[in-house]
Amino acid sequence: MQTTANAAQQALLPSPNPVQLLDPTGAEVEQHGTVRDYAMPDAGRLRQIWRQMVIGRRFDIQATALTKQGRLAVYPSSRGQEACQVGATMSIHPTDWMFPTYRESMALVTRGIDPIEVLSLLRGDSHCGYDPIATHTAAQCTPLSTQLVHAAGAAYGEKRRGRDSVALAFIGDGATSEGDFHEALNFAAVFEAPVIFFVQNNKYAISVPLSKQTKAPALAYKGIGYGIRAEQVDGNDPAAVLAVMDVALEHCRSGKGPFLIEAHTYRLDAHTNADDATRYRSADEVTAWLDRDPIARVEAWLKSRGELNDDIVAATHAEAESLASDLRDRMNTDPTVDPMSLFDNVFATPTPQLEQLRGMVQAELSAEAQA
Amino acid sequence: MTVTMSGALNAALRDSLEADDDVIVFGEDVGTLGGVFRITDGLAETFGEERCFDTPLAEAGIVGFAIGMCLTGFRPVVEMQFDAFAYPAFEQITSHVAKMRNRTSGRVGLPMVIRVPYAGGIGGVEHHCDSSEGYYAHTAGLKVVTPSDAADAYSLLREAIDDPDPVIFMEPKALYWSKQDVELPSQRPGFGEAVIRRTGSDVTLVTYGPSVPMALQAAEAAASEGWDVEVVDLRTIVPFDDETVVESVRRTGRCVVVSEAQGFAGVAGEVAARVSERCFHSLQAPVLRVSGLETPYPAPMLEKTYLPGVERVLDAIARLQWDDVPDLSHEPAAAVSRG
Repeated sequence: MQTTANAAQQALLPSPNPVQLLDPTGAEVEQHGTVRDYAMPDAGRLRQIWRQMVIGRRFDIQATALTKQGRLAVYPSSRGQEACQVGATMSIHPTDWMFPTYRESMALVTRGIDPIEVLSLLRGDSHCGYDPIATHTAAQCTPLSTQLVHAAGAAYGEKRRGRDSVALAFIGDGATSEGDFHEALNFAAVFEAPVIFFVQNNKYAISVPLSKQTKAPALAYKGIGYGIRAEQVDGNDPAAVLAVMDVALEHCRSGKGPFLIEAHTYRLDAHTNADDATRYRSADEVTAWLDRDPIARVEAWLKSRGELNDDIVAATHAEAESLASDLRDRMNTDPTVDPMSLFDNVFATPTPQLEQLRGMVQAELSAEAQA
Repeated sequence: MTVTMSGALNAALRDSLEADDDVIVFGEDVGTLGGVFRITDGLAETFGEERCFDTPLAEAGIVGFAIGMCLTGFRPVVEMQFDAFAYPAFEQITSHVAKMRNRTSGRVGLPMVIRVPYAGGIGGVEHHCDSSEGYYAHTAGLKVVTPSDAADAYSLLREAIDDPDPVIFMEPKALYWSKQDVELPSQRPGFGEAVIRRTGSDVTLVTYGPSVPMALQAAEAAASEGWDVEVVDLRTIVPFDDETVVESVRRTGRCVVVSEAQGFAGVAGEVAARVSERCFHSLQAPVLRVSGLETPYPAPMLEKTYLPGVERVLDAIARLQWDDVPDLSHEPAAAVSRG
C-alpha cells in the first residue's frame, strides 16, 4: 500500500528543473532530471512555431507603438513570452477552449482572431471584439484568476457533453496568489475536468517579484496539493513548451483530469505603458533574458538543420511587417460606436427602467443633432 | 393543497429538471443532504448525481464553475447556502455574471440562477441573516427576485430558470415554512410585475420578500385604527414595477417603504426616491422608510429589536399625519400619538 501511495504522489511531481530541449544557443540538450520523457517536436512544428513567434512579436511591438500614438488606451506587452503564448495556443484544436487574460493578445493572434478584434478591449471600442462562442475563446479577463474557474466549468461541461475538448487557461505568476486560482484547481481536480492551467511565470506581478509572491520552491508544486499533475518548463524554449503541451493534452484528453504547467519566462517590457520597470529591476537582468530569446533559439536550431534559410527568414519578416502595417492602417481610423448600443446588451430584453434611460439618451442625442 | 414555500421551491426545481435536460443543480450540500434547508431534497435521488451534485465548499468556485458550464449550454441553478456566505462569490457575480452579456456584445448570455436564502427572523448565528439584495440590485445586469409566498416562489423560480439572463433568487428564510393553499404548478404574473396584496385607500406600504406578511399584519392593525392601508409586494426588485407602485401611491397619496435591509443606501431608499420623483404632486406627506437598523445584523437575542415590526410600521403610518398640515419637526415613533 505504501508503495502505491508513493507512486501516486510521485506521478504528480513536476521535474525538479524546468524541462529544456534546446539551450539558449539552439543546441539540443540532454534531459536532466526530468520525471517524464519529452520528445523533440518535429522540424515542421518548430518551423511553424518560429514563424508564428516572428509574427507575434511584430504584432506586439506594433501594439506597443500604437499605445504611444494614443490609439490604444493601454497595452500589456508579452514580448519575450512568445514561446509560451504561441506554443500553448498552436498545440490546441479549434474546438478546444481558451481562457486568456489581458496579456494574451499574442496568443489570440496565434489562434487566428483578427488582430483588430484582439485589440478592441485595449482600444476601448468594445470589451471583447470577437465572438467567444464561435472562436471557443473567452473574453480576455481583466480580474486575476477569475477566468480559471470558468475554464474548469467549461471543461467539465464539454466532458458532460461527451466531447473531446480541453480548456487552456492562461495566468501569470502573481495571479497564483488569488483565491480563485486555488478554487479553480480544486474544482478541476475534483471533477476531473480537462483543463490545462498554463502559468506564465514572467517573474513580476507589475513590480512585485516572485520572491515576494510565494514561498513555494516552484509554482508547479502548487498542483500537488490539489492532486493535479504538474510540470515546469523553460518558457523560452519553444521545443520544450510544445513537448510539455503534448504531454498535458494527452493527459487531459485521456480522461486523467487537469494539468498544471509553470513556464519560466520573462516579461521584457514593462507591465504596461503606464508602468516604469526601471524602478524595480536592473538593466543587467533584462539583458540577461535577452540572451535567452525564444525566436533566436529555435531559429538557430532550424538553420543548423538546414530547415530554415535566409530567404525564408526575410520573407517571413516581410510578412510580419505587412501584418503590422495593415494593423497600423486599420487602427488609424477612429472606430464609431453607437451610443444607443449602451442599452442593447445589459439583458436579453431591456427592463422598463433601461427603456426609459434609452429614451432619455435618444432625446439628448436628437437635441444635439438639431443644435 | 397546502404547500410550504420550501416545498414549492423544491417542486419548481423538480419540474425544471424534468422539463429541460440542460438544467443542473449544484452547490455545497445540495446532493445527499438535500440542502441545509432541504430545498433540493430528493433531487439527486430522482435525477441522479449528474443533474444535482455537491461541490467543494467554495462559493466563487461554484459561481465561476456555473459560468463555464453556461458556455457549453447548461442552465445551472446554484445554491449559496446563506446570504453572507455568498460574499466570497461577489467578484464572480459582479465582475462576470452581471457583465458577461454586455462585455461580449450580446454573444454570451448566462442563463443561471443563484439561489440565496436571505434575511433574518430565524434566530440564526452571525453571518446567517444578512439582507444582501441591495448589493445585487445595485449591479447592472442582474435580475433580483424575492417571493413572499409559496405560489410566487414556484412561479418565479420556474421563470428564473427559464430566463436567458442571470437571476439572483433571494429566498426569505423566515418564510420557508409558511403555508399556503395552492395548486402547483402555480402561474403568477412574471418578472417586473408587482402585486397588490391588500387594497386600501389611505396609504401604500411598498414591500417585498420577508417583510410582506409583517406589512399585511400592520395593515390589519392599522384598519382597527381607521386607516385603510394598501400593501404592494414588489416580487422582483430588478426589473422594478414603477407602474403599480406609482399608480397605488397616486391613489393613496401616502407611502411607507418597508424592508428588512438597512435603510441607508438600500432598496427602500431607491423605492422612496422613485415614488418622490413620480408622485410628488399626489403626495400628502413625505415618503417614509421602515427598515433594518444601520448596525450589523445582531445576535439572535437582539433580533426583535433590530427587525422592523408591526409597531414601527404603525408609527410610520401615524407620522404621515392624517389631518392638517404635516409636522415633521418631531422625532419619529414615541412622540406621535396614534389616537
